[in-house]
Amino acid sequence: MNRNEALIPKLGVVTKIIQETPDVKTFHINAPEGGKLFEHMPGQCAMISVPGVGEGMFSIPSSPTKKEYMEFSIKQCGCLTDFLHSMEEGQMVTVRGPLGNHFPVETELKGKNLLVIAGGIGIAPVRSVINYCLDEANRANYGTIDIVYGARSKDDLVYFEEMQEVWPKCPGVKVHLTIDRPQEGWDGHVGFVPNYVKELNFSTDKTVIMCGPPVMIKFTLAGLMELGFQKTQVFTTMELRMKCGIGKCGRCNIGNKYVCKDGPVFRFDELDQLPNEY
Amino acid sequence: MLKCSISEINNLFSAISGLRTLYLPVEKAGQALYGAWTPQARLCLDKLNTVKSPKDLFFPQSEDLVRFQREGKKISIEMPDAIDEKFVLFGVRACDAKGLQILDTVFLSDPVDTYYAARRENGIVICAACSEPEETCFCNVFGIDATEPAGDIVTWTVGDTLYWEAKTEKGAEFTEKVKGVLEEASAEEEASVAAQNESVKEIIKQLPFADLNLEGFDGDHLLEKFNSPKWAELSKACLGCGTCTFVCPTCQCYDIRDYDTGHGIQRFRCWDSCMYSDFTKMAGGNPRKTQLERFRQRFMHKLVYFPSNNDGEYSCVGCGRCVAKCPISMNIVKVARALGEESK
Repeated sequence: MNRNEALIPKLGVVTKIIQETPDVKTFHINAPEGGKLFEHMPGQCAMISVPGVGEGMFSIPSSPTKKEYMEFSIKQCGCLTDFLHSMEEGQMVTVRGPLGNHFPVETELKGKNLLVIAGGIGIAPVRSVINYCLDEANRANYGTIDIVYGARSKDDLVYFEEMQEVWPKCPGVKVHLTIDRPQEGWDGHVGFVPNYVKELNFSTDKTVIMCGPPVMIKFTLAGLMELGFQKTQVFTTMELRMKCGIGKCGRCNIGNKYVCKDGPVFRFDELDQLPNEY
Repeated sequence: MLKCSISEINNLFSAISGLRTLYLPVEKAGQALYGAWTPQARLCLDKLNTVKSPKDLFFPQSEDLVRFQREGKKISIEMPDAIDEKFVLFGVRACDAKGLQILDTVFLSDPVDTYYAARRENGIVICAACSEPEETCFCNVFGIDATEPAGDIVTWTVGDTLYWEAKTEKGAEFTEKVKGVLEEASAEEEASVAAQNESVKEIIKQLPFADLNLEGFDGDHLLEKFNSPKWAELSKACLGCGTCTFVCPTCQCYDIRDYDTGHGIQRFRCWDSCMYSDFTKMAGGNPRKTQLERFRQRFMHKLVYFPSNNDGEYSCVGCGRCVAKCPISMNIVKVARALGEESK
């Protein structure tokens, strides 16, 4: 019998490391023989491990349309991520994936104007959707794209170059950046994401994709409701502790749903049916 | 139906172990546990429940998944050894046999857990129908017939005779191989088995937990059950020891960890428990901070989440191990009664 490919990882090589912010790095990962390890859909995740250090679930921020490599943007905040941040190019890691469901780019998001809202490292999973929709082959399938992104400071804005130089120059795309406190050299918006979303007073013809810290999600969702949005138009992506990544080890459930298998992408009206235990 | 005298049962076991490794309830440190048969083994065939369920034989408490070598920036993967031990499991009770079917729905659903699947394929389950149920038994609540367990082969003990009947193709094939130590049972003897089964079923109906009512435990009442104020009182004394999860035939939660052997990195998995505080702990916090939340998770999973995902099938088989072993005498029966009472 074939052994469990779901639990036995593939080998990957870190081919490039980009320091995004003081505590976030983006890693390009390739198969040892070159190319990508596997194909994925926007919003899906993978388990990355350095044997002997640990294994953790990370979203895949690169778009499936990126053919050369996969990207992972990782914030330094624990044992495994400490090690990942100490790596140099050429380091091997192990990867299992793709895991979980994905943003419904082929169904519910198709033909819609999109509003992408993110805070901090929460931009990572939604960046895959943005770049997927902006890909030449897919652009016609989506309407306007508004991106609201906030971080603690200017230095904490991940993908700053893409935010400033790439996305705003795409037709139909608007990028709205904000930082928590005023800062020298920053003439953009200052304030928290939930308030900024309300100030921007978006029309309700948009489908929303949101990811960020729980407190941001909570208040932004309330703000969207005030603007007249329905929970059925708002998607988010969740994160809980995971080990197997395939819905069997029993720890990432919210009620009867496993975040690793049934998620990580949920619509807010679906979350309403589940216990508030996340 | 075939038969064998209990006084000569070691001849049967000797014949079986000549073909495959035979595991059955034996005495270890004064307790009944599944162990390999030897002519000297102290058998515990009369014991109703082993301390741990036989899930160990298919989903070991600890098992190696894969090994790695790391040198500088390089990593290599060493595939695990094949799981090829052919074995027979003898003496599995109806509740534990059902427990294996529940584990099947978890581990054999896509993506298949090939470690578990290999052992399921390599193992032949010989069940032992119950003749003397205990007061902690409540398998009937889950529609389990203690006298007709779901195994490859089923055995019944009446007086000093063991009766034997193959129930699956695998069981029939194996029966052919050990037929030399078995005899044909007469029609009268078969009738005596049926008569004993009927009387056992009557006894089971009279047991203290036999009337447990699980009406309202389903996906439709998920939030109502979750938000019940009763959890606070029910979980108050829980020590979070996890004994209930370790003796449970259906608990399937596991952890995956790495161990540096000095000759490489061994990745293994081992049983884990939702009763433990670090089970869901992340760098950014813990969604189940208190024992109330962890306690609730275990019972919600067995009585609400699992059935809501599996056509109403509960993830409890009424074996009574947790009832007997919980140091604070809290158990699934008390929980089901308290929460059931509320929805009336």
